[in-house]
Amino acid sequence: MGPEFVMLSLPPILIGLCAALACALPGNFLLLRRQALIGDAISHVVLPGIVVAFLLTGRVAAVPMMLGAGAAALVSVLLIEAVRRLGRIEPGAAMGVVFSAMFAGGVLLLEQSSASGVHLDVQHALYGNLESLIWFDGHGWGALLDREALRGLPPELLRMVAVLAVVALFTGLFWRALVISTFDEGFARTLGLPVRALALALVAMAAMAAVAAFDAVGSIIVIAMFICPPAAARMMTDRMGTQVAWSAGFAALSAVLGYVLAGYGPLWLGYDNAVSAAGMIAGVSGGILGLTAVFGPCRRGGAVVV
Amino acid sequence: MLWEALGLGLGYNATLVTLGAAMLGFAAGATGVFLYLARRALVSDAIGHATLPGVVLGFMVMVALVGEGRFLPGLMLGAAVSAGLGLWVISWITTHTRLSEDAAIGTVLSVFYGIGVVLLTLVQVMQAGKQAGLETFLLGATAGMLRAEALMIAGGGALVLALVFALRRPMTIVAFDPGYAQGQGIGLRVVDLAMMGLALGITVIGLKVVGAVLIVALLIIPPVAARLWTERADRVVLLAGLFGGLAGYLGAAVSATAPDLPTGPLIVLAGFALFVLSLLLAPARGVLAAALRHRRFQRRVHLRQGLLALAGDQPIYEPLTLRLMRRAGLVRGDGVATARGRAQAARARLDERRWQMLRSLPEFEAAAARHDGLSPLDEVLTPDQIAALDRRLGPDGVA
Repeated sequence: MGPEFVMLSLPPILIGLCAALACALPGNFLLLRRQALIGDAISHVVLPGIVVAFLLTGRVAAVPMMLGAGAAALVSVLLIEAVRRLGRIEPGAAMGVVFSAMFAGGVLLLEQSSASGVHLDVQHALYGNLESLIWFDGHGWGALLDREALRGLPPELLRMVAVLAVVALFTGLFWRALVISTFDEGFARTLGLPVRALALALVAMAAMAAVAAFDAVGSIIVIAMFICPPAAARMMTDRMGTQVAWSAGFAALSAVLGYVLAGYGPLWLGYDNAVSAAGMIAGVSGGILGLTAVFGPCRRGGAVVV
Repeated sequence: MLWEALGLGLGYNATLVTLGAAMLGFAAGATGVFLYLARRALVSDAIGHATLPGVVLGFMVMVALVGEGRFLPGLMLGAAVSAGLGLWVISWITTHTRLSEDAAIGTVLSVFYGIGVVLLTLVQVMQAGKQAGLETFLLGATAGMLRAEALMIAGGGALVLALVFALRRPMTIVAFDPGYAQGQGIGLRVVDLAMMGLALGITVIGLKVVGAVLIVALLIIPPVAARLWTERADRVVLLAGLFGGLAGYLGAAVSATAPDLPTGPLIVLAGFALFVLSLLLAPARGVLAAALRHRRFQRRVHLRQGLLALAGDQPIYEPLTLRLMRRAGLVRGDGVATARGRAQAARARLDERRWQMLRSLPEFEAAAARHDGLSPLDEVLTPDQIAALDRRLGPDGVA
């Protein structure tokens, strides 16, 4: 754990950690509302948004791209709703139609524009580039106390922390309302809770987490973290609060263990090249889910108790 | 250039690829219908993503055994094995744990894909993997496709299509009504397995053309588009096949016109264009048809209300009602009723009175349920019944 670790590995681990947590938190509710695949859809449609933002501004800048991604997520939600209502098509298929078409449009635009030359290439979008988020000023642990050096932290880290804070705040503030409306929408309505607004806000939170995480770590982590940690947590407990806690723990474990295995695992095995950290994080979360699916105390049947 | 490509004039290989893509699209559309009808369309997304580790592992095994890994059938075999494993995991998760199928789909999709990417980065540092071009399996590429490969894709598509044709009856019954299918002695598990197997076959065959990420579109979009046109399962299958084939043909032909036009996305977008057209133009479920229906209904309501107003000697202020009645020749330009208008107004008033009477009588309860304030009573009752009703109304139509 020398100075190199602080420069090369600490920022990606922290970013991965924040991204995993920010996705897993809303993922718990999406999973129980049977909307688990929304993460999948959002992470696909973000691509055309980013490409269009790039074509409009002509440069690779984070803010317009995140705005573009957010706009694309919004457009996709509207389109899915329109397709579902106008054609009376079941939600899953409507989602499939919209997100695959939008993703195809994004890829086409990307290949057509000069964008494919810059750091914006399809592969970056698909599996992210966690390893490239280096803290150049992080010469040793002392840098954590050095204001000058802290300014050189990758901007993705600050954004991810901010998004995580917003998501956590949302979950904390609206906890009771979210839980009640997730389990019993009718009851929530009789209590006077704004059920539709809550559902929309939840999807908006998920979209925000997905967009920010997509920018920093690529789409694989986004999809995996929306589903795997909450699903694994569901096998461990029947209580909602405990489930969220478990899912946060699993997400954190996947992020850290995945990064370490990807960065150092091959070295231990005698290879000298690291493998994709994003892929490994998804793999670890799948492993955790596999273990809980076989050994988890609450892996079968039964409802969640609030 | 584009017309040449569409007319298959861009050389032997490009023609072969275009026809192969059309065949693939046809088979994919027809297969996808059964997934869509069974409400399991998104399973195909998991199948597509789950092929990735198999492709890479297949490559690595072939490199280790014979030193060369770019052999399409071998890669396809690997893809089939890992996608099959993915399907098994989905079914295990849904039957052995409390998770629902969509969560199972999401986990398999992301985890298999993640593992595939890890393996891909491993291959990229291998000596033989440098130019392997395995990334093309993510988004598909027909540039530089070999003749044998194109033939294999077309042949595979035809084979899947033949199987779909042979299995269409049991698959349709199971998709619509599993309980009835079981009563008919159809093995649900076998049919389910066949359905998933066909989707898997399409995925593996289409991997090279459309890619793992977008193959889901080929299995979803044509069936959804076709379903808008008709309510009959066999026609949906045929139409979905045609849409899929057309999308494959158009996409591959357009992509042959320029080097940096990727085939997969173009095929998907062609399919999406067909879907949008269907959504707008389909006769019963289309947006245009619905808008026309709405306008017709609106006209009827306005005319009816206008006639009742005429009958009651009330002035009409509503501009749309006035316009409609003027156009129908029921009122003059200044809003005064014409002779025809007066006659129809009297008829409308009588109809309204009959309805009122009918709804107060218990013996007409069934007919009263059809009251919508629009339909003339003689569409609901027989002349004898109306005569019976009129006797209660009294001679001048007053109750």
